[in-house]
Amino acid sequence: MSKKIKKQSTFIDMTAMSDVTVLLLTFFMLTSTFIQKEPVQVTPPQSVSEIKIPETNIMSILVEKDGKVFMSLDKQTDRWNVLKKMGELYNVEFTDGELKKFSLIPSFGVPIHGMQKFLSLPSEEQDKIIMDYGIPSDSTNNELKNWVKFSRESNAELVIAIKADSDTPYFTIRDLMNTLQDLRENRYNLITSLRDMPSEHH
Amino acid sequence: MAEIQEKDSGERKKGQQKKFQIHVDFTPMVDMNMLLITFFMLCTTMSKPQTMEISMPRKDVVPEQEQNKVKESKAITVLLGMDSKVYYYFGKPDYEHPESVTETDFSADGLRKVLIGRNEEVVNKIREIKRKKDNLEISEEEYQNQAAEIRADKNSPVVMIKATEFSKYKDLIDALDEMQICNIGRYAIADITPGDLRVLQDLTHAGYTSDLKEVVIERETPQ
Repeated sequence: MSKKIKKQSTFIDMTAMSDVTVLLLTFFMLTSTFIQKEPVQVTPPQSVSEIKIPETNIMSILVEKDGKVFMSLDKQTDRWNVLKKMGELYNVEFTDGELKKFSLIPSFGVPIHGMQKFLSLPSEEQDKIIMDYGIPSDSTNNELKNWVKFSRESNAELVIAIKADSDTPYFTIRDLMNTLQDLRENRYNLITSLRDMPSEHH
Repeated sequence: MAEIQEKDSGERKKGQQKKFQIHVDFTPMVDMNMLLITFFMLCTTMSKPQTMEISMPRKDVVPEQEQNKVKESKAITVLLGMDSKVYYYFGKPDYEHPESVTETDFSADGLRKVLIGRNEEVVNKIREIKRKKDNLEISEEEYQNQAAEIRADKNSPVVMIKATEFSKYKDLIDALDEMQICNIGRYAIADITPGDLRVLQDLTHAGYTSDLKEVVIERETPQ
């Protein structure tokens, strides 16, 4: 009779582990919001203000260090309407396919005359070249003004949020504020990141 | 994935049913969950960004008699200069004496000290009601209402923030932040005047007037 060594099965019960991971997963799914894809990386300045931005109906104006301006609207229908109106104003005829394509991109920022060419590119290409453009917003060709104007016409409840890099020169911001003032958009939000309130010392 | 193990209990009585222990292997489930967690952690943000709400005045020309006149003794003008430097003066600037404009910065002992000193009455009142709120004598809502009322007081100082072309967006936000920290309810962002720039130039000799020429020419052409 041969001696049989008893094999001990190494069975680890993963049920508890699974419970924990499911719990964590639920937590992350409920508390977080998806990062919005932005054409350029912008670091907003810090502030002690604790007001949160509303979740929907935001028209955000992104200002990069060099003064390039991008915009994003969070509703597809708004984007559709705005591009259509812009096309009519600048005599660029957009097909339904192009409008559809445009309404699927949350952020935009190319001059209106280059829009058709931009929309015909595949999306990876678009992401690469969008940072070289920006919406023209100088006094001779202020497309930004019309974008904002038509966005407001399309959706009266839009809240304007300006997200500018902390190193943006002041005159770029002033020009933007002047543009908004011309449109009688007098209330807007400046997006900042949180800084602790300094403690009072006596 | 799941295995049924026969319970080895030695002898069994006749007629007794075989007992099985069911093990379900959860390892793949854990793997998948970990993957999903990683995905959520990388692709989402936990917090919404903060904002600062501002209202700008309308651009329409306001008739002289309707304009808000600021009492000279209550006015503070803050000038944002190069390299995050700040300059301030009280009341009207004395263009003959650039020393009347003081240089400071955004540190706790800089602009903040000056503003809190000027706004002492309001700061003390706010501190008082904050103490009440902390002792649960008044509710959060009451506190907010009272604080807003105190800040809007007619005798509180009025701060004009004027930024030069050389300042950065960050400086503007820092200045607006100081207003909040120092409980200043009445402030405005205003355009800088050639006079202010000239005083800054006389004080620092740093080239503030390089764009002043433009301003002056612009102002002279309509006449």
